[in-house]
Amino acid sequence: MLILLGVAVVVAGFAAGFNPLLVVVVSALATGWAAGHPPLEVLAAFGKAFNENRYVTVPYLILPVIGLLERAGLQEHARDLIGRFRSVTLARLLIGYLLMRQVTAALGLLSIAGQAQTIRPLVAPMAEAAMEAELGPLPEPRLQAIRAFAAATDNIGVFFGEDIFLAVGSVLLMVGFLAQSGVSLEPLQLTVWAIPSAIAAFLVHSLRLVLFQRKQRRIPAEAAPAR
Amino acid sequence: MIKLNLVYLLAGLVFAAYAGLNAFDRTHPTRWRNTAFWGLVALSFLAGDRLGDLGNGVLVLGLAATAGLGKLGQAAPLGPTASERRHSALALGHKLFVPALIIPLVVLVGTLWLKEVKIGAVPLLETKQATLISLALGAVIALAVALPLLRQPLMAPLQEGRRLIETVGWAALLPQMLAALGAVFALAGVGRVVGDLVTQWIPMDAKPVAIAVYCLGMAGFTMLMGNAFAAFPVMTAGVALPFLVHRFGGDPAVICAIGMLSGFCGTLMTPLAANFNVVPVRLLELDDRYAVIRAQIPTALPLLIVNMVLMYVLAFRAHP
Repeated sequence: MLILLGVAVVVAGFAAGFNPLLVVVVSALATGWAAGHPPLEVLAAFGKAFNENRYVTVPYLILPVIGLLERAGLQEHARDLIGRFRSVTLARLLIGYLLMRQVTAALGLLSIAGQAQTIRPLVAPMAEAAMEAELGPLPEPRLQAIRAFAAATDNIGVFFGEDIFLAVGSVLLMVGFLAQSGVSLEPLQLTVWAIPSAIAAFLVHSLRLVLFQRKQRRIPAEAAPAR
Repeated sequence: MIKLNLVYLLAGLVFAAYAGLNAFDRTHPTRWRNTAFWGLVALSFLAGDRLGDLGNGVLVLGLAATAGLGKLGQAAPLGPTASERRHSALALGHKLFVPALIIPLVVLVGTLWLKEVKIGAVPLLETKQATLISLALGAVIALAVALPLLRQPLMAPLQEGRRLIETVGWAALLPQMLAALGAVFALAGVGRVVGDLVTQWIPMDAKPVAIAVYCLGMAGFTMLMGNAFAAFPVMTAGVALPFLVHRFGGDPAVICAIGMLSGFCGTLMTPLAANFNVVPVRLLELDDRYAVIRAQIPTALPLLIVNMVLMYVLAFRAHP
């Protein structure tokens, strides 16, 4: 039971609002201590795992080119483009993006879009512009709500698309684990059963986008300072 | 062969440049703290394999201390103003989309085709990491096209990259830190203890109860550990195989596939899935640190219920 000390540290640390990097390190040391390992051994194990997981941080390599495009006016251009097409509403835009993300993820193309790659420079400004084209300039808190929805749409699209792909990590994990437990299955047998949930995810989140848009339309834009 | 090591070298140089830009920035509010933080990240990428396990551990302590015992500030914006960007956007038009489309295109070509290309007997890309290498390659090619096409200054990519990475701040390193924490949890056997807790205390005599325990357990366990991969082996060995498959005769393929997706519902609801739920908050400059999670919970909870119903209906249909 003492082993769960590290989990408790994480939960309490995040809830109390300490810096998460500090919380994680303290949790690792607490877990190691509770399991009876000497502190230096735990620190070495943590350092080794940190080094082996450097690939997690590699995708930030696209920030320089994204920043360069923003400097040249990509966000403004994306905004203008959507403002010109009145038929592209917030809900249609994000439902279309959700579908695109689910289908490409199901084909294994997880890295062709993402929060830094598409949401910040393109989809979030487009979503804001689509709503502002209808309602006029919106105050910052409402724009933030729209941006949060755009980020959520990307996550939901990937999560409920990738498991349809045969060679994605989670499917390989399931096949490997089941084989060890004496149940032999082909990846295809697992991936077909991810399809019903993927359809449900598309329907639920699309409905939420439509309801979110309806709610936005009911609140008129206040006189916000022009940006 | 293009290996991941080459990508690490590139990442190391870029982070070193961020640190250097901060060191020479007299107006930066937290000049030396930020220099130290990105300098340590650069050191990890450039020399991580030569530091030894304990050396890397000390490096991590340094990162946590620099970010945790004071705030990492942001440099004053250097680039063009909003109205200058608007003019630039009008002048450049759709040309702006070209580099943005090059990145996914290179990833596509890299993962589908370049992966198979061999020079002699040696593959062009390290096969296991083809996607990550393609992404880095896409970023470099897009940059090479964007600089002349959009007529931007040569130093702009690094300055703008520093602006964005400082918008993300410490959160940029959180996913990697959490992955390392997962390894320590595994070493200490945290998963097994949680699994035992669940299976010991809840009587699973009825099929719907066992389904609920498995799906809710996958989601809850995933929320605590930050990813569904850690939860899956424990919950499946503890609940799904002994009860749902062996006692109630369910189809293991359906049960596992939907169980994993129930875990993904948990991923949508936890700050420990930092890549998905924390980094975008910083990247989109949202004031509420849980804004993305709040936007996801009303989708995740109904989906969790749908998953349980789907499992009940699909896993126990009559076997032919």
